[in-house]
Amino acid sequence: MASQLDVAYVAQLARLNLTAEETKLFQKQLGDVLKYAEKLKEVNVEGVEAAAHAVPIFNVFREDNARDWFTAAEALSNAPRKANNLFIVTKVVE
Amino acid sequence: MTKRDLPAISIVELRDLLRRGEISPAETLQALEERINAVDDKIGAYLEHDLAAATAEAEKADVTLPLGGIPIAIKDLINVEAQQCTCGSKILRGYRAPYSATVIEKLRAHGAIPFGRMNMDEFAMGSSTENSSAQITRNPWDLSRVPGGSSGGSAAAVAADIAFGALGSDTGGSIRQPAALSGIVGFKPSYGRVSRFGLVAFASSLDQIGPLTKTVHDSALLMNAIAGHDSLDSTSLNAPVPDYTKNLGRDLKGIRIGVPEEYMIEGVDPVVKNAVMAAVKQLSSLGAEVVEISLPHTDYAISVYYILATAEASANLARFDGVRYGHRAEKVSSLFDHYARTRAEGFGAEVKRRIILGTYVLSSGYYDAYYLRAQKVRELIRQDFADAFEKVEALVSPTAPSPAFKLGEKTNDPLQMYLTDIFTNAANLAGICGISVPCGFAEPESGKKLPIGLQLLGKSLDESRIFQIAHAYEQSTDWHKARPVIEPIAA
Repeated sequence: MASQLDVAYVAQLARLNLTAEETKLFQKQLGDVLKYAEKLKEVNVEGVEAAAHAVPIFNVFREDNARDWFTAAEALSNAPRKANNLFIVTKVVE
Repeated sequence: MTKRDLPAISIVELRDLLRRGEISPAETLQALEERINAVDDKIGAYLEHDLAAATAEAEKADVTLPLGGIPIAIKDLINVEAQQCTCGSKILRGYRAPYSATVIEKLRAHGAIPFGRMNMDEFAMGSSTENSSAQITRNPWDLSRVPGGSSGGSAAAVAADIAFGALGSDTGGSIRQPAALSGIVGFKPSYGRVSRFGLVAFASSLDQIGPLTKTVHDSALLMNAIAGHDSLDSTSLNAPVPDYTKNLGRDLKGIRIGVPEEYMIEGVDPVVKNAVMAAVKQLSSLGAEVVEISLPHTDYAISVYYILATAEASANLARFDGVRYGHRAEKVSSLFDHYARTRAEGFGAEVKRRIILGTYVLSSGYYDAYYLRAQKVRELIRQDFADAFEKVEALVSPTAPSPAFKLGEKTNDPLQMYLTDIFTNAANLAGICGISVPCGFAEPESGKKLPIGLQLLGKSLDESRIFQIAHAYEQSTDWHKARPVIEPIAA
């Protein structure tokens, strides 16, 4: 399984540029981690429910009450680029 | 006591001085500031601290409140309005929190003053604090060694008497392990016991905020302030909060303590093993019944943890896209280039590594083999603990397999670094609570003493009992009274 990891491809999926050096290094290091994790194949998990959470709680609701929250200025206070009370994004549609 | 010695006292002792009016909250901050200025250039625990702002709070402090006027250091991933919150990452350099986390509101409601932003591994990913983009933090007991991580700044500050107490976060041991390596008390609450609202998420199904303190009593006091249901965190448990100090001082008669056979494995430093076995004897002499127990799926915890935690992290860190906050790449050629370069420039190596691993285990074709299988083994690990807690009230183990290691010793080998969490990961997977308390010292050839931590684990929402046992142990030993002598950094 471990040998199938293609770091360069996964980095594209993750929207993360890696240098050639990083790619090579991570390929080796994560290969080791995945090799270690292969021991999970030993475990019989037939009929075992997958645990997404340690404490299974479902459908948590609260009253839909209005409350004070950010003003536009506060929400924009850390924006790297903004104008006219809006975030500036990079062009999405050509 | 001179003002110089003041920062060495516990929160309980400080509270009494403040209540008796022997010192004011502002004078306390001043004494702390002087101590920080004297030693933190050697330790590197603080990323930032604002004496003027804290003093303004101190002047209005109500010392009759449970934590009235007491400064508490905050790990740099918990939002405090108007203060920086960088998570030790370059991608958030300059970020100022526009709101406060629930734990901060609660601390303030109890009279405490959030003071200082503490260094950490970037986004809490690491076990040595060496992954901080800002600076290295050194272990106060031996400045050539790591303080543990990821809450290394919080732990080192408490150990070096430059904080009375601190908040950290624990996703796989990030409170307990640095507490052990730095010789202090670190507590991880049950999952859902403390609100995560305002905690920057690493792995949402594992993260918990908790206290790092000099004593168990202090830890219980901080838990009294921060525990409780929060409608702003849907995973927060709606269960009453007991007074965690209530059981302190009660003896251990009738309490059964399990020693998991799987935790006394090869690879544990003999010094650590001996200290833990001595602690088990001590617990027995205090009236506890010691029982051998088995947690059959222990060997799989690290693998499960690093698959699930990285998967959750890869999703949580997708928000760092250079639009709403944080670093943004310049002169981008396309949207893809915008994202990929923003993140490449902003994240450090360990974060990148974990994003890649997490993305991989969630990707089409590998999801079932890794992520889904890991979730199933997580359920088996959870069952192991449920079965164990039918037989015993607490489990005991080393917190970490060795004392503090050297700076740089494990940075080139992520797997070796991951294995330092071997005794702590499973508690997060199972959602149970746990504490690390000092239980001895290793004395390597350097002649410098290195602290050893004892871990006690309890079932979900049984924090009172864990505090009771940890306190009884602590009070019957002198380990927690030892303080490091901070020497000049060797060239």
